[in-house]
Amino acid sequence: MGDHHHGPAKGLSRWLFTTNHKDIGTMYLWFSFSMFMLGGTFAMIIRAELFQPGLQLVEPAFFNQMTTLHGLIMVFGAIMPSFVGLANWLIPMMIGAPDMALPRMNNWSFWILPPTFLLLASTLFMEGGAPAAGWTFYAPLSTTYAAPSVTFFIFSVHVLGLSSIMGSINIIATVMNMRAPGMTYMKMPLFVWTWLITAFLLVAVMPVLAGAVTMMLMDVHFGTSFFSAAGGGDPVLFQHVFWFFGHPEVYIIILPAFGVVSQIIPAFSRKPLFGYDSMVYATASIAFLSFIVWAHHMYTVGMPVAGELFFMYATMLIAVPTGVKVFNWVTTMWRGSLSFETPMLFCIGFLVLFTIGGFTGLMLAIAPSDFQYHDTYFVVAHFHYVMVAGAVFSMSAAIYFWLPKWCGRMYNETMGKTHFWISFIGFNLAFFPQHFVGLAGMPRRIPDYALQFTDFNMMSSIGAFIYGLSQVLFLYNVIATIVAGKPVSDPKVWDGAEGLEWTIPTPAPYHTFETPPKIDPAHAHS
Amino acid sequence: MTSQTSAGYEKYYVPEKSRLAACATIGLILSIFGAANIMNDMTFGDPGQETSSWTIFTLGILFFLATLFSWFRVTIKENIAGMNSAQLKKSYVLGMFWFIFSEVMFFFTFFGALFFVRNLVGPWLAGEGEGGRMNGLLWEGFTFSWPMMQTPQEAVGGAGAQLMANNGSFTSAHTSMSFRDAHSWWAWLPLWNTIILLSSSFTCHIAHMGILSGNRKKFNLWLAITVLLGLAFVYLQAVEYHEAYVEFGLTLNAGIYGSTFFMLTGFHGFHVMMGATMLLIQLLRSVLGGQFTADDHFGFEASSWYWHFVDVVWVFLFLFVYIL
Amino acid sequence: MCFEAKRLLKLALGPVLMLVSAVVLAYGPEVNQVNMAPGVTAVGERIYDLHMWILGVCTVIGVGVFGVMFYSIINHRKSKGAVASHFHESTKVEIAWTVIPFLILLVMAVPSTSTLLEVYNNDDAEMDILVTGFQWKWKYEYIDESGENVSFFSNLRTPQSEIHNADPKGEYYLLEVDEPMVIPVNTKVRFLITGNDVIHSWWVPDLAVKRDAIPGFINEAWTKVDTVGVYRGQCAELCGKDHGFMPIVVNVVSKEDYSQWLSGKQAEAAAIKELMAQTFTLDQQVERGKAVYERSCLACHGANGEGGVGKAIAGSAIVTGDINKHLDVGINGVPGTAMQAFGGQLNDVDMAAVITYQRNAFGNNMGDMVQPIDVYNHKKG
Ligand code: HEA
Ligand code: HEA
Ligand code: HEC
Ligand code: CUA
Ligand SMILES: [Cu+2]
Repeated sequence: MGDHHHGPAKGLSRWLFTTNHKDIGTMYLWFSFSMFMLGGTFAMIIRAELFQPGLQLVEPAFFNQMTTLHGLIMVFGAIMPSFVGLANWLIPMMIGAPDMALPRMNNWSFWILPPTFLLLASTLFMEGGAPAAGWTFYAPLSTTYAAPSVTFFIFSVHVLGLSSIMGSINIIATVMNMRAPGMTYMKMPLFVWTWLITAFLLVAVMPVLAGAVTMMLMDVHFGTSFFSAAGGGDPVLFQHVFWFFGHPEVYIIILPAFGVVSQIIPAFSRKPLFGYDSMVYATASIAFLSFIVWAHHMYTVGMPVAGELFFMYATMLIAVPTGVKVFNWVTTMWRGSLSFETPMLFCIGFLVLFTIGGFTGLMLAIAPSDFQYHDTYFVVAHFHYVMVAGAVFSMSAAIYFWLPKWCGRMYNETMGKTHFWISFIGFNLAFFPQHFVGLAGMPRRIPDYALQFTDFNMMSSIGAFIYGLSQVLFLYNVIATIVAGKPVSDPKVWDGAEGLEWTIPTPAPYHTFETPPKIDPAHAHS
Repeated sequence: MTSQTSAGYEKYYVPEKSRLAACATIGLILSIFGAANIMNDMTFGDPGQETSSWTIFTLGILFFLATLFSWFRVTIKENIAGMNSAQLKKSYVLGMFWFIFSEVMFFFTFFGALFFVRNLVGPWLAGEGEGGRMNGLLWEGFTFSWPMMQTPQEAVGGAGAQLMANNGSFTSAHTSMSFRDAHSWWAWLPLWNTIILLSSSFTCHIAHMGILSGNRKKFNLWLAITVLLGLAFVYLQAVEYHEAYVEFGLTLNAGIYGSTFFMLTGFHGFHVMMGATMLLIQLLRSVLGGQFTADDHFGFEASSWYWHFVDVVWVFLFLFVYIL
Repeated sequence: MCFEAKRLLKLALGPVLMLVSAVVLAYGPEVNQVNMAPGVTAVGERIYDLHMWILGVCTVIGVGVFGVMFYSIINHRKSKGAVASHFHESTKVEIAWTVIPFLILLVMAVPSTSTLLEVYNNDDAEMDILVTGFQWKWKYEYIDESGENVSFFSNLRTPQSEIHNADPKGEYYLLEVDEPMVIPVNTKVRFLITGNDVIHSWWVPDLAVKRDAIPGFINEAWTKVDTVGVYRGQCAELCGKDHGFMPIVVNVVSKEDYSQWLSGKQAEAAAIKELMAQTFTLDQQVERGKAVYERSCLACHGANGEGGVGKAIAGSAIVTGDINKHLDVGINGVPGTAMQAFGGQLNDVDMAAVITYQRNAFGNNMGDMVQPIDVYNHKKG
């Protein structure tokens, strides 16, 4: 084996056939952004229809397809792949590995995604339309009462699961096996830690989702009765299986975001993270608890009261480790030397808005109150606070933070800050009023509503458009940076940033560590 | 092969660009597209209409398998060429381990479903317990037992049955798969299957000992026996399915008993076939290619872990599907 | 325990919320409501109090956390020359911020548990109503000891023209039904909730009752309303196309009014029974059948029998074929499809009429007809 390490190949084949973690990371990121645009476009259709009472733009059946695809595409197409992209770029650079552990499989995990989402989106044009039973696709609405496109949906989910499982196996193998000598577990950057734990969650629950859709497939085509009481099954069985996957899934979404924030806040506070160890333990506790709280999505299905109480108590407990995280971030800022570049602004936005979303989560956890909140816009507000202001904000922060390292060019700070402020205002305008309409009694997943909800819905729609447009600015800023940003060459782009990735040249070379770096024991984690 | 004990740094082999992933994707997507179309033709389609679903599916799956074949071939060649460091091998070990873990979770789902319907849903449907004390109103006359030999729909019977929860029609089995008659235990297939599969795990272990001690003959012989036992298992399972359908009336439509029975045994059987294929390939590698040495036989090891996993799943299946 | 604290919080939060609502408020009391309604039942009030209490605690914690954060943001900024200190890890602090939230949660768990147990206390109900969710309407069946149940369907009353913005929208747009549920005041009513096709959820915010209607299973819920009035709610589980169009209206009346209403309903049922024994002419059947079709079938089979969710009726092989097969589809539905078993939804008179209508409308000039007695016999088997 000669030591021929050349740069990237030219043309399409570079991307199609690549085994390079940076190329693959880049593809994941662009792919997820395009899915974000698609899912966002569906959200815009939803918000436009809900701008006023009455049906104006779309028919109810199509509206349900929009809601369903919006949820599915945002969760599986936008958020999850974006963090996998980040993991691909950063984990090898952060732990001193030459690449991901299994590079060819890495490429496969990615390339499965685009055709699968194409297949999923193409269901819109099939007879009977796309799946329309919500991103939670409860049986029997999603089985006996579904359009034939449900079969394509089921197989898409299988394949998405395969991609996620392979991606996670790769991350686990990389982190467990490829750390540079001296990079012990407790010296790894928190982003790596949160991803390692996320990967465990993924390997554990994606097969469960596959099991759920397999049972659906059997009920639709092969006459089984998993979800039909007439044959001795139970529609609620579907919900148990789905949420056994679904609840850990929401932490799959947020844990890497926690990791990002834990890298960025210390950097701009110029101060080490307050409690590294407790952050690691808190992440692990959240992951553990996430397996025993699933039925808090099902308080109204008529579980026996003992079950109801168990799930209520277990859910409430999650506030403790999450609190540990929030307190840690705040204490890290305390008596630091703070500056407010765009990544930091997004992290502060994250901190405030995610915490609000966490509080509403805690309210939802209270079973008797949830009888009033469940399936209303209060829930919609809750999860957009944790997913948009949580995951998407942290993703924006991550891009601004690491983009200069990746491409050796600095983004436009003014534009970045403008993006933040418009996002922040638009987001709150869009989703804060949803708490009100939800409490006042507006159910979710409806294309039309009673008149007393009109004003807040209008506000919400306007806010949603503002937030959506701010993403155009983001896209422009990113492209402008890559094409013509001001070059930077200092390895340490941010004066407060710590970690291996800031010791290699800027822009990061195509192959990072030919030989493993020496880990300076004084520099524990960043 | 160098080992990692040497203090020096061994280079981790990062493969060059490769077409494998792209080809595997094409194959995979074509096959799921074809499979979905086949099923839709079956359920919603017009029987008189010719479609190309099967062609798409077959092309896809063949292309996929061919890609997998060359993928493994490349990997094996690389290993033989000595490109794999001990560290890379550990990545493979980790990969295989977590893959098996994900499979465990897949089966866990179906076992979970089984426990849920047996222990909770069944009694509820019969109007017992806190979760369903009023359900008797809907399913008058339904009493629950496991295996469920009468579906709630049948219990209500007649015209009433179709008037509620009209989500299909389910006719239960008339004979259960459970152990019935102590005098004819020898005719009870699941027992034989258990014996076969357990001994195959054992023979697989002997084969492993063989290669560890560098005894290729022993390895080949016992591996071949393992594969044959696997095939015997599959054969008996097929006989059992035939019996279930033809004699016992136990079909996919036989309510939740049929659903869980076929789901669990079916996926298990599928895994046995995969495992046996994997072992067969290792056998061929050894017999035809003379591959594997005492300290380098990961392909076989990985397949044998998989085999043991499939075996353990069967033990649970035997316990919860056939006995309890 | 936390009663005083709760009152204080309510006192403090009330004005804030009112202020918010006053600013954004444009009209009447319910419009632009920003908070949960306390409702008209004792349980509703407890849930409301619980909601305010948890909200209050969270607000207080939030103010604390964000206070510290904004203090640092304002005072510890680099541009002001702040120099970073390098403290980290403090076991004491970390134990404190693990234990204190845990204690707060314990305090929250106590009233939550007692409220939940109250919600689940279904005993001693004075009457039972079987609530069944259909795509996309509700059926209410008053369960009577003597077996003479009263039952009826409750459909959305808002006209399509209002929904499609052709006419101005009325006051109770989307929250009005052709026939509301009627229950007596001050009576513990138990709802037995189930679904016929997919999962629905029966929700009336003012009664603080939300329970899923699951096909094949019966869920229990109850209410005891203190005040006479009309209370409105909606289906709260995605159930397909018209999920947004299956409202619930509960009319709570005095006990006298209730028994009067009930005897009225029983008389109606008796009248239908009489009709069952009669024989109708083709014209009578078609006239009645048209009304039934528009109420029950049109949503899926289209105004001109052209189909939609369901197959086309015009020219259908079944509709223009064997009359018994046609009747069978009407009564028993097509298992595994959206075509439900209407035998349990329509009375025999209406079923006979609608089958006759389908055979003689949309260009299906079969000229034959079904009488109520045929339906009765078919059901008997
Ligand atoms: C990123 C995703 C994400 C995250 C992180 C969370 C976090 C939480 N969620 Fe959320 N949730 C969703 C995504 C998420 N959720 C989604 C998508 C749905 C809807 C799915 C659907 O139906 O479509 C949902 C729905 C949902 C429900 C069901 C509602 C219903 O349908 O009726 C519930 C109920 O318990 C719930 C609870 C919680 C809780 C307790 C947390 C906790 O983790 C929050 C913990 C955080 C805090 C509490 C704040 C910080 C803590 C402190 C400052 C410490 C001190 C605080 C106290 C002691 C109070 N969520
Ligand atoms: C991480 C996941 C995620 C993200 C990021 C979002 C983002 C957004 N979502 Fe969310 N949403 C979900 C996950 C997510 N959502 C889920 C799981 C559901 C539940 C589904 C279900 O009930 O089954 C849901 C449901 C949901 C509803 C309720 C629908 C219903 O109940 O019927 C609404 C309504 O307002 C909504 C709005 C929005 C908006 C306005 C955004 C915005 O943040 C989007 C902004 C992004 C863009 C707009 C794209 C980028 C910009 C362009 C392409 C430029 C062009 C822009 C313009 C022309 C303005 N979403
Ligand atoms: C919720 C939707 C829905 C409603 C309401 C509905 N149908 Fe149907 N109907 C269907 C569907 C779907 C089919 C097709 C079933 C199949 O695939 O065979 C169907 C098929 C039929 C057929 C057989 C047509 C054929 O050619 O196969 C008849 C007859 C029929 N319906 C009668 C009725 C009557 C009478 C009513 C009202 C009392 C009614 N339907 C209301 C959905 C509906
Ligand atoms: Cu019925 Cu939603
Ligand atoms: Cu959850």
